[in-house]
Amino acid sequence: MFSNFFSFASPQAFYPVAGRMIPWFGWSAALLALAGLYIGFFVAPTDATQGESYRIIFIHVPAAWMSMFIYLVMALWAGLGLVLNTRLSGMMASALAPTGAMFTFVALWSGALWGKPTWGTYWVWDARLTSELILLFLYLGYMALKEAIEDPQRADRAGAILALVGVVNIPIIYFSVQWWNTLHQGASVSLTKAPSMAMTMLAGMLVMALAAWMYAIAVSLARVRAIILERERGRDMAWVRSMVNA
Amino acid sequence: MNWGGAAEFFAMGGHGAFVWGSYAVSALCIALEAWLVARRNRRARAA
Amino acid sequence: MTAAFAAVLRRDLLVALRRKGDALNVLIFFVIVASLFPLGTGAEPGQLRTMAAGVIWVGALLAALLSLPRLFAADLADGTLEQMLVSAQPLPAVVAAKVAAHWLSTGLPLALIAPVLGLQYGLPGDALRVLLWAVLLGTPVLSLIGAAGAALTLGVRGAAVLTGLLVLPLCVPALVFGAGALTASLSGLAPGPHLSLLGALLAVSLPLGLWAACAALRVALD
Repeated sequence: MFSNFFSFASPQAFYPVAGRMIPWFGWSAALLALAGLYIGFFVAPTDATQGESYRIIFIHVPAAWMSMFIYLVMALWAGLGLVLNTRLSGMMASALAPTGAMFTFVALWSGALWGKPTWGTYWVWDARLTSELILLFLYLGYMALKEAIEDPQRADRAGAILALVGVVNIPIIYFSVQWWNTLHQGASVSLTKAPSMAMTMLAGMLVMALAAWMYAIAVSLARVRAIILERERGRDMAWVRSMVNA
Repeated sequence: MNWGGAAEFFAMGGHGAFVWGSYAVSALCIALEAWLVARRNRRARAA
Repeated sequence: MTAAFAAVLRRDLLVALRRKGDALNVLIFFVIVASLFPLGTGAEPGQLRTMAAGVIWVGALLAALLSLPRLFAADLADGTLEQMLVSAQPLPAVVAAKVAAHWLSTGLPLALIAPVLGLQYGLPGDALRVLLWAVLLGTPVLSLIGAAGAALTLGVRGAAVLTGLLVLPLCVPALVFGAGALTASLSGLAPGPHLSLLGALLAVSLPLGLWAACAALRVALD
């Protein structure tokens, strides 16, 4: 079973597999999003202190979680590629970056629009918001570096080094609300304690988070397929043609 | 159902602009990303 | 290993001494940037004091950024870098020496000039002392992260701007704690915690920056 598993480390072997996986993740994302939004807008009650503006949480928190999670996965794939010298790992890291950047932007945007009616300001330079903004710059820097280096192998490895250095930022974002007592609220959801929010709100948030995760996988798989075609073009034109005409 | 009608739903207790502004931009980003990836795949297959 | 470190350090310092213009340009740039801000925002003393921390730190960051391309470019051009990579001497020692030379010729002068600029901004004596310590601790962090950034973009088209894009976000923690120490001192709070965190940053950047720079150099020259 493991010998079969590792055969998918070849971009050419993975291409059709990814193609078959995308519809599953895409439809899961759509259905989960529908369910999550229904819970969020029609089941979850009005908040006692914040009124209706709190409903932004159902897109803000999933986006923020994904922005951090995708960076970790991207750094993992990049690191694996650096150590094992596998092409597909670097391609996967490249495929994840734009989606991570998108979620980071959505987290920052929705957070700003939530902050204004609730806490009176679009932005404040506290640890969590600042680190999330830095995360966006890290994604953009990673994408820029990969674009600038022409040789794909060198680009993969340089990108991996950059991604791994930036990993230090993720714990800072996550733990910043514990370390500094500033504007962004502390953790309401923890692995060890009972949540401090209503069950329906929590349910909506978790379903939306799952939806975001399924979406991220679907889009990254689709993007990696494009990257595979682009990069294999120089190496094995016959294979590319066979995939395109299939 | 919490809402006493569509008007209340869109108003979101006075915070409609913020709530729908967030969701609209998010939906836009997702749609844009999906379209860009589809276009990248089309170009990769065509070239 | 120490012999290699000492030799490369001595060589890079000699090069820097012979081309004093490079280091001087960085200093002059720093002074100009710090002098431009009051012209732009108005020279009201209270306002100047408030923005002193940010302006001086951002100026130091940009000035340090200017000097990064020189770190590896000259050695890449004449083949010395390749020799350093294939030599029997451990690469981290060589890179550490280059970073140390970079800091001594760029970061240290910036740190020594910063209090003078602080005077321009009307900072009191205590704050000037804190500023000096903060910039002394922060500029090595800039040199280390900058070295990693310069190594990653070696020989790449548009490297100068790209290095900035990569290095500046990673330097933000140093900026936050460095400026924070100064702001704390000005409001009468203790700057100690900020300086300690800056020191911790330096301790983390040393192995991480050196590892990244060495790995990136190998990637660039393979």
